[in-house]
Amino acid sequence: MDLTTPAIPATACSLPYPIALGRTGFSGFPSPSQDYEMRRLDLNQRLVKQPAATFYLSVTGDSMEALGIQANDLLIVDRSIPPRPGHILVAMVEGEIVVKRYETRRGQPFLCSSNPRYPPIPLEDSDCQVWGVVRAVIHEYPL
Amino acid sequence: MIGLVDGNNFYVSCERVFKPSLQGVPVGVLSNNDGCVIARSQELKALGIAMGTPAFKLEAQVRRGELFLLSSNYELYGDMSSRVLEVLQEFSPDVAPYSIDEMFIHLDGHQTNECLEIGRSIHARVRRYTGIPVCVGLAPTHTLAKLANHAAKVDRHHRGVCLLAGDDAATRGVLQRTPVNAVWGVGRRLAERLAAGGIKTAWELRCSDIKTLRRRFSVTLARTAMELGGTPCLDMNAFDQPRQRIMTSRSFGRATGAWADVQEAVRHHAQRGAEKLRAQNSLARAVLVFLNTNRHRRDLPQSFPHVVAELPYPTQESRQIIATAQRALRQAYRPRYRYMKAGVMLLDLVDAANYQMPLLGTPPDAAESTRNRQLMETLDSINRTMGHGTIAFGLARRQAAWPLRCGHLSRRYTTRWNELLEVST
Repeated sequence: MDLTTPAIPATACSLPYPIALGRTGFSGFPSPSQDYEMRRLDLNQRLVKQPAATFYLSVTGDSMEALGIQANDLLIVDRSIPPRPGHILVAMVEGEIVVKRYETRRGQPFLCSSNPRYPPIPLEDSDCQVWGVVRAVIHEYPL
Repeated sequence: MIGLVDGNNFYVSCERVFKPSLQGVPVGVLSNNDGCVIARSQELKALGIAMGTPAFKLEAQVRRGELFLLSSNYELYGDMSSRVLEVLQEFSPDVAPYSIDEMFIHLDGHQTNECLEIGRSIHARVRRYTGIPVCVGLAPTHTLAKLANHAAKVDRHHRGVCLLAGDDAATRGVLQRTPVNAVWGVGRRLAERLAAGGIKTAWELRCSDIKTLRRRFSVTLARTAMELGGTPCLDMNAFDQPRQRIMTSRSFGRATGAWADVQEAVRHHAQRGAEKLRAQNSLARAVLVFLNTNRHRRDLPQSFPHVVAELPYPTQESRQIIATAQRALRQAYRPRYRYMKAGVMLLDLVDAANYQMPLLGTPPDAAESTRNRQLMETLDSINRTMGHGTIAFGLARRQAAWPLRCGHLSRRYTTRWNELLEVST
């Protein structure tokens, strides 16, 4: 990824419609694909359901690796989704923003890491607040 | 019904979304070049720190960790503002931004109690989707909506949403408690004249005779009084009207007497002004260039020249405007002064769509002006999609004195890939 170009807000860029190839030149035959013109697949459309509520964050740390979240990955976070157990959450814990999995254990809610070295954070009686729900993780390979 | 949705301490709130440690502590946002405080959190207001306090006066408190100051991050505030706008558009197709943190939303065809419900949903949804806390004022007119919004902000029992129906006891109570100078469109001077005539509160203004107001003051004031009475008579278009002049100016990071610095700053401001001019589709007839030395340095020679140069014909073309601004600058600039600020103002604007070339004068020929227009359109669209200043006239030097001084700049979390918020796992 070229880091020097600004990220265009997700709302501003959908992929364009492909040019409709109705006829080839003046007297050619109508294209057989004419009746099947479709929008090209667009990742924005698939991953960004609520552009106003969608934020991109980047990851540091190794405590979520077993759940497929590695350092430097890109998180697509949707604030409009109501959090449910099983979701990967971005949450504010003691003035810091962290990524954890929202789980209930024996009826009590916890924020858990995938790495057993980090103990679950109990949510009962804490001032922890949900920031958003992770909709997708993008891992880019160095090319 | 009209709703006014207003972000609470908007700039500070934008910063807090991405930095929760700023919550509950005194935070201020500084003007360009970290000059003075232009936005304050509730906690900073409570410390008695006024709007416009120079940053250097707060240095000791910042060092002791008693308060936090941030450089203004307009790219972030602009994006967060457009997110708020998008959320509002889910509630009504008719949303009009009035400033970066205030938006009018028109809720036609709803019952009064439905509007209160919608207001509550707006309040909750904007907060959840964007992280920005807002207050919602609802009323039959813009002027009352503004007062309702204020009431929502200051009276905690409204819980962020206040509806003034226009003819009920609640409206009367608010109007009686509102001094007339707090009414939208009533300035201090006018308030003094009104007070002399026995009109001290919004309620007294509402109860005044409309004809007398029109005769003794102005049509505008008569309209304001009717708006307070719940009769809409402000056209929303009044807010969208193109501005009559466009100003672009900025302080230098350090005082400079170098021609190259000053010239470069003026070239930059002229381009930015021309861009704004094209965005509102106006033409300018003249360019004003001004320079200021540092008023507070009594030991240094002072100079505040400003020179107006007429454009050869009304135009919105960058090169013409830059060339004319440079001509004005050559007249204004004197080498022995140390300048603190440079600015460009575009004057006598006319609407490009309605403008007719005069019979006399030197209009450019048609082919030339079409080429110019296409060039400017291409330039603007590239700068719009690729970011400000992707293409500019002239090269900025590396050591230029004019770029922003911003010592406490937060990241542009939502508009730059390399400035995303990092979250730890």
